[in-house]
Amino acid sequence: MEQKIARQLESWDMIIKPKTGWFDIDLTELWNYRDLIGMFVKRDFVTFYKQTILGPLWYIIQPLMTTVVFTIIFGNFAKIPTDDLPPFLFYLSGNVVWGYFANTLRQTSDTFNTNASIFGKVYFPRLTVPAAVSIVNFAQFFIQLVLFIGFYFYYMLQGTPITPTIWILAVPLLLLQMALLTFGIGILLSSMTTKYKDLKFAMGFVIQLWMYATPIVYPLSQVPEKFRTLYVLNPMVSIVESFRYAFLGSGAIQWSYVGISWLVTMFFLFTGIVLFSRIEKTFMDTV
Amino acid sequence: MTTAIKIENLWKEYRLGVIGHGTLTHDLQSWWAKVRGKEDPNAKITPMFAGQEKQIDGDRFWALRDINFEVEQSEILGIIGKNGAGKSTLLKILSRVTAPTRGNINIKGRIASLLEVGTGFHPELTGRENVFMNGAILGMSKQEIKSKLDEIIGFSGVESFVDTPVKRYSSGMYVRLAFAVAAHLEPEILVVDEVLAVGDAEFQKKAIGKMEEVSKDRGRTVLFVSHNMRSIQNLCNRVCIINNGSVMFKGDTDTGIKEYLKITYNRTRYSFKDIKRPLGVGKKVRITDIKIGNTNKDEYNCLPFGSTLIFKIKCTNLSKNMIEGLQLVLGINNLMEERIATLTSPYNFDIKKGETIHIKISTDAILLNPAQYSLSVNITETIRFGGGKSLDKLDKVSIFEITNLVEKQNSKFKDTVIYGTLTLSDFLFSINYNK
Repeated sequence: MEQKIARQLESWDMIIKPKTGWFDIDLTELWNYRDLIGMFVKRDFVTFYKQTILGPLWYIIQPLMTTVVFTIIFGNFAKIPTDDLPPFLFYLSGNVVWGYFANTLRQTSDTFNTNASIFGKVYFPRLTVPAAVSIVNFAQFFIQLVLFIGFYFYYMLQGTPITPTIWILAVPLLLLQMALLTFGIGILLSSMTTKYKDLKFAMGFVIQLWMYATPIVYPLSQVPEKFRTLYVLNPMVSIVESFRYAFLGSGAIQWSYVGISWLVTMFFLFTGIVLFSRIEKTFMDTV
Repeated sequence: MTTAIKIENLWKEYRLGVIGHGTLTHDLQSWWAKVRGKEDPNAKITPMFAGQEKQIDGDRFWALRDINFEVEQSEILGIIGKNGAGKSTLLKILSRVTAPTRGNINIKGRIASLLEVGTGFHPELTGRENVFMNGAILGMSKQEIKSKLDEIIGFSGVESFVDTPVKRYSSGMYVRLAFAVAAHLEPEILVVDEVLAVGDAEFQKKAIGKMEEVSKDRGRTVLFVSHNMRSIQNLCNRVCIINNGSVMFKGDTDTGIKEYLKITYNRTRYSFKDIKRPLGVGKKVRITDIKIGNTNKDEYNCLPFGSTLIFKIKCTNLSKNMIEGLQLVLGINNLMEERIATLTSPYNFDIKKGETIHIKISTDAILLNPAQYSLSVNITETIRFGGGKSLDKLDKVSIFEITNLVEKQNSKFKDTVIYGTLTLSDFLFSINYNK
């Protein structure tokens, strides 16, 4: 009898049931929908530059202009030290990394609201949307990284004393951490904005303030020792500073900072996924 | 026969008032409304329809209460119910747009739901790109779409524009392309909302035809949600009626439609006091009573086939002036909500202030087939530049029934005609066998 019941249960292809469990993310299903992720990525790329004159050039104009402004204001007027690095390269390295973080976060945190009309009509794994956003932004980041490397070699050929360190081999790992962290915080916030729309309005300036809590316009070495422990709890500190240290060979990064940053990254990723999986099944009832 | 869908003890709860009430602005809004003596815009929902009280439990609303039914493979099941009965909630759960609160649904085979066509279409993408986009959202793989691409584009009839962004499409082209993708989705189970059947007549025919084909020729299971009894009757083998969040009936289509009509018309039968009128009508002139009868009895809502029809309408002038130039329009509808006859008063009439008039219409000219009918009465005031302004309007009230003269004259005929039609009272009919 029990066997019979078991066999019957197995013969169903799908069971729709109330939300259960805390960690209810089906990664196989996400993989089965990889074509959809691909379509989302393609859509975002294609629609980005349709009916623009400069097209994909916009991907590099943004960090370039920001860097020029930073160089003038923080470098020339405020004269904030840059660890003896050329200010332009210093700000560009920070902007490229921060640009990825800020853009991805802004887009991911609004996942449920911007896609409510699709989510309300068809089921597909909701994680496909933030995943696609991350991929699109990562591709943008890659273009900007190439831009950075271009300037990097230019400065090197000019004879500027910048030397890459062995940390450069760990850059892929660093970028992975950056992607995971942004994804984690993004989906965490997206789950929360479904209920508290205030967060959507707060996002803009929180990201801006967050930038000043990260060594983008100043180096880590400028942060007083007594605040460092608190300061490095910001996971982006280690990412930006390690990135600079890897390429430019100067900075105040320490292994302990990297360790803390990874712990915080994992925390955000885990809570993000848990909350997202709680929300995704019933968010249509609250949005 | 194997079961395609098995719904077991399904419950769905919505929180009343709590949703969206977590913000300070809403609290302030409620307070401001209270200060001004207005209705609280964030107040809890009170039952809209009779019978919904059972669904409310404190601040919870049970949109679905213990739903149980099974759908067999290759069955076309119609899901019907009044507005707010829970059809859409069930549909949403089946589509996995939202999760149930309790209970579960077991499904055998791939399920796809069409709550709308063209989900995820992006205006900047070309027709071809959107086919891939929409297909992927509906769960098709890239390979699958590729293999069907020519067929889809052919079916849509927009071949020459596939590489044009869809924002340049006419709305007709847009819908056709969107539907073409949906039509080529090949799930074992298809859940379709009635919104799909909206659109021009040609499109509706195509959509419904495709659904029939999918079910009959390929043995697919279809769940069809609709208000339109005609399409339910044309399409479905079985129906399931949902009323106040529970399954009220499950069985064959004809009986189901009869049951459904019973619950929808019950509320409006005979009582004229509480009938809800559209805004602004029924203030100056009010219809206070409608009686249907024949030459024998005065009020008799069940008339034998072929008898003289007599409609008596009582109507009062509630205003402080005499109202001139009134016209009466009487419509007879069958229970499919289709108008089958309309009578208009041959001349304009007046009502003095405070006076009640009795209008009587008596006819032998129309013959209603045995079935149930409802009346629509409209009193209009002629305005100077032609046309009329409705002063009182009652829609689909006063159900009456025409019964067969001979009880069991032809039972086969009697069972199939459940929606009323007109027949001619006076005609000549002859057959000439030897030319």
